[in-house]
Amino acid sequence: MQKNNHKVSGFVRRLGGVISAVAIAVSATAAFAAEDTITIGYAVSKSGPYAGGADMTVTPNYQLWVHEINEAGGLKLPGGRQLPIEVVEYDDRSSAEEVVRAVERLATQDKVDFILPPWGTGFNLAVAPLMAKFGYPHLAGAAVTDRASDFVKRWDTSFWFMGGGRDYTSALSEILLKAREEGKINDKVAMISVADGFGIDLAKAARPDLEAAGFEIAYDKAFPPATSDFATMLNEAEATGADSFIAFTYPPHTFGLTKQAKVANYNPPVLYLGVGAGFPVYPGIAGGPVDGVMSLGGVDPNSELNVAYRARHEAVVGRAPDYWGSVLIYASLEMLAQSIERVGLDRAAVTAELSGGSFETVLGTTKLENNQLRNIWWTGQWQDGQFVAVAPTDRKGAATPMLPKADW
Amino acid sequence: MLEHLINGLVLGGTYALIAMGLTLQYGIARIMNLAFGDTIIVACFGTFVLFSGYQLSPLLALFVLVPAGFALSYAIFFFIMQPLVERAPHTAALEVDSILVTFGLLFVIQGILLVVFGGAYTSYSFLNTPVDLLGTTVAANRLSALVLALVLGAILIFVLFRTRWGMMLRAVALAPESAPLYGIDVTRVARYAFSIGGALAASGGVVISMYQTFTATAGVVFTMKALIVVILGGKGSVFGALVAGLILGVVETFVAAYIDPGLTLAATYTVFLGILLIRPTGLFGKGG
Amino acid sequence: MSSKLKFGLIVCVWLVFAAAPFYLSDYGTGLLLGMSGYATLATAWALFSGPTRYVSLATVAFFGTGAYTVAVLSEVMPYPLVLLVAAAIGCALAAVVGLSTLRLAGVYFVIFTFGLAELVRQTVTWWEVNITHTLGRYIFLPLEGRHIYWQLLALLTLTLIISWLIGRSRLGLALKAVGDDESVAAHVGIDVTRAKLLLFMLSATIITLVGAIQAPRWTYIEPSIVFNPTLSFLTLIMALLGGPGRLWGPMVGAIPLFLLFEWLSANFPNHFSIILGLLFIMIVFVMPNGVLAKFDDLRRGSN
Repeated sequence: MQKNNHKVSGFVRRLGGVISAVAIAVSATAAFAAEDTITIGYAVSKSGPYAGGADMTVTPNYQLWVHEINEAGGLKLPGGRQLPIEVVEYDDRSSAEEVVRAVERLATQDKVDFILPPWGTGFNLAVAPLMAKFGYPHLAGAAVTDRASDFVKRWDTSFWFMGGGRDYTSALSEILLKAREEGKINDKVAMISVADGFGIDLAKAARPDLEAAGFEIAYDKAFPPATSDFATMLNEAEATGADSFIAFTYPPHTFGLTKQAKVANYNPPVLYLGVGAGFPVYPGIAGGPVDGVMSLGGVDPNSELNVAYRARHEAVVGRAPDYWGSVLIYASLEMLAQSIERVGLDRAAVTAELSGGSFETVLGTTKLENNQLRNIWWTGQWQDGQFVAVAPTDRKGAATPMLPKADW
Repeated sequence: MLEHLINGLVLGGTYALIAMGLTLQYGIARIMNLAFGDTIIVACFGTFVLFSGYQLSPLLALFVLVPAGFALSYAIFFFIMQPLVERAPHTAALEVDSILVTFGLLFVIQGILLVVFGGAYTSYSFLNTPVDLLGTTVAANRLSALVLALVLGAILIFVLFRTRWGMMLRAVALAPESAPLYGIDVTRVARYAFSIGGALAASGGVVISMYQTFTATAGVVFTMKALIVVILGGKGSVFGALVAGLILGVVETFVAAYIDPGLTLAATYTVFLGILLIRPTGLFGKGG
Repeated sequence: MSSKLKFGLIVCVWLVFAAAPFYLSDYGTGLLLGMSGYATLATAWALFSGPTRYVSLATVAFFGTGAYTVAVLSEVMPYPLVLLVAAAIGCALAAVVGLSTLRLAGVYFVIFTFGLAELVRQTVTWWEVNITHTLGRYIFLPLEGRHIYWQLLALLTLTLIISWLIGRSRLGLALKAVGDDESVAAHVGIDVTRAKLLLFMLSATIITLVGAIQAPRWTYIEPSIVFNPTLSFLTLIMALLGGPGRLWGPMVGAIPLFLLFEWLSANFPNHFSIILGLLFIMIVFVMPNGVLAKFDDLRRGSN
């Protein structure tokens, strides 16, 4: 039994945070004057089924970034002038129609200077045509897609910061291949995925990669997102004798799978889980050490930039960021700020600068390739209480994958 | 085979547990409570706060949150539902009113939870230990849901069929129009039925929070699942809710094991639709 | 007011709305688009549920089916044909559903239709995952907000005309009889089942078309986006609020409620749910029989 105190102290702080945020929003609206501020608008899911994802990865980073910029006196413009940010935020209520209309509203009614993207692959695609039409740079953060290059051609103001399913699965199969060659695992893989865009895209990307690496996918099932009981699936997967268990899942499933695996004492040498395994609360939810569990993302614990970012996030938001998307989204915001500092508020110029410029961000020196961020950790693993990056293996700061996974 | 049956019954225990409260609220108090699942979520967060903030075991939290659930539901009925019940010319009007008003209530509860806890996924670890049940390993926290459902179900059935008070509840469920003729205060009975329903929802929330990840907005998922079970079992029938919940759990598990985990929910709804077509008032329903 | 004058007034208002995209911003058009979408859904819903008093939660089953049809077929056949196919699929689905379910009554019908919507969603998901291996689908049609708005406005107009005609026809009278007392209706020689089935199919076809028309606006769809059960609830609430038994009732419920949602989510993004919920509870207490009935009451009171 291990508790997860972290969150409760967070919620009291948060309640205070909400109240002060409302106060700030009200006073900011009262003091509204277009020339003295830069308006940044966004619509994210604050209610409905997508609120959980947005609340972990997207919204806290927007808040952190705005807070830091305004603390420092505002966004810098060419010539040294500084203007504070004024935020216009909407709740898309996890509905595609709402998010589309909110972006129309931000662009044509509120006429904000810049628009930040919503959470999720589907919603980023839903707003992409509008962002391109109205000429806003679209920094698609929380969106995993293999078709980013097509989309950049179609919508030339779009930027993609989270890579594609194929990137994650080929990094994983490389690790598996090496482990098999070292005799640590057999050639069987059991794979489950949640039946929605994210799970299916990754499962689809994983199949050819794993097969090319000579693995047999002994169990391959998709389950509905509302599933809460994983006893049967884990039993079936275990019965195949596969040494590697891969699950492309969302947090509720990731947590449920972890608990069930612990109860059933299921300890495959490779345990790879989806979104949620890279949350700081994960070891608390698992109720014990989780060394060896792998997932998407990861961080380099020795990177000073990253350590500092995590400390600031915790200080301002009241809880630690996740180990995957948060830092990428924060980096995209830093790039936006630096572009504005170099070229001003002209959106076309900012778009060009984002596309071609080089930036100093929390990820280090960052430059986009074909409007896509490629400087991403594809695979991470829990080692000694930290979720460290293990792939790409040849990148500086990568840890060595620790296999087999430690027993629960 | 036995293994799947056991896993299915354990899963079904959760469904039965959440459905019993709703069947009392709907079958006896005649309130179609769309905010039922949000009551469950409130209890989930309550347990989480008591456990993480005050180190109170969720099993002890039951003794705090179940009476709290009763009191909250009592207040809701007294202040919101009772005026509607009293002004409604017939049951159909009350049904529309209660759908609309509990739809509003759902948003209020959800909104408060969002402000206080945010939208994040919440989960913690308690009693996540293996228990050997006839050779099948099940999680102790999941098993506790089944045990609680069976115990509470048995108590309720005993009260309903073996006590004078239970007879009054059943009389109101069957014939709300003629019950006053026998000196039964229908509104009072309805108020207690609604409150007991709320207490059951709270007990479900406490247990569920031990193994299921919850968010402020997940209430509607529980409401819909509970409604399916209630309608399948026949509204107002505690025994029906118990049986229907267990059946759905077993069906889902067998489909996951022998056909495809992707079809579990499709199978649930197929069974549900199929049974309704054969028995239009559910398994143990006494007429529409 | 003479009926000629009334008709002329309606035509003028209609023209003002039809020309709106020329003088409104994209956001204004988007607002009208969303509004006419819900107005159509609520009116179509009430077409069946108003007179029969059968409360259906299957709205999103048909809406999503329409959206999916467009996503699957938009690249293989011309757009108008896609809409026709969508309507046909919706109509056929409604026929099957109607034949099997209309003998259920009361809440059993309500939950059955909800279950049906979920079953359709699960089936589509399973099919996409296991047969076509693509869950999300892209819709790249060259349709902008205003094009979608005009289509919805046309559909709404058509729906209102149909609703008006039915209200005056023998079928309408038959259905009113069903709502009042099904057994009496049967005794006086009305083919109750046939009348209900026809109306259910008509209502479902229109709802399918709304989904089909709106889908291109989202570029990307997947089951969780187009089979979101909230849509069924909102449609129901809007129609109930305005009074489903009247021609303009559902619209009178849909439009203010839609604008209220928009205003709240823009001004209170963090407290939207609480305020909305409280307003809802208040509305029920102030207007027990729907907004239109309240207006009728007021008018009667002042006369």
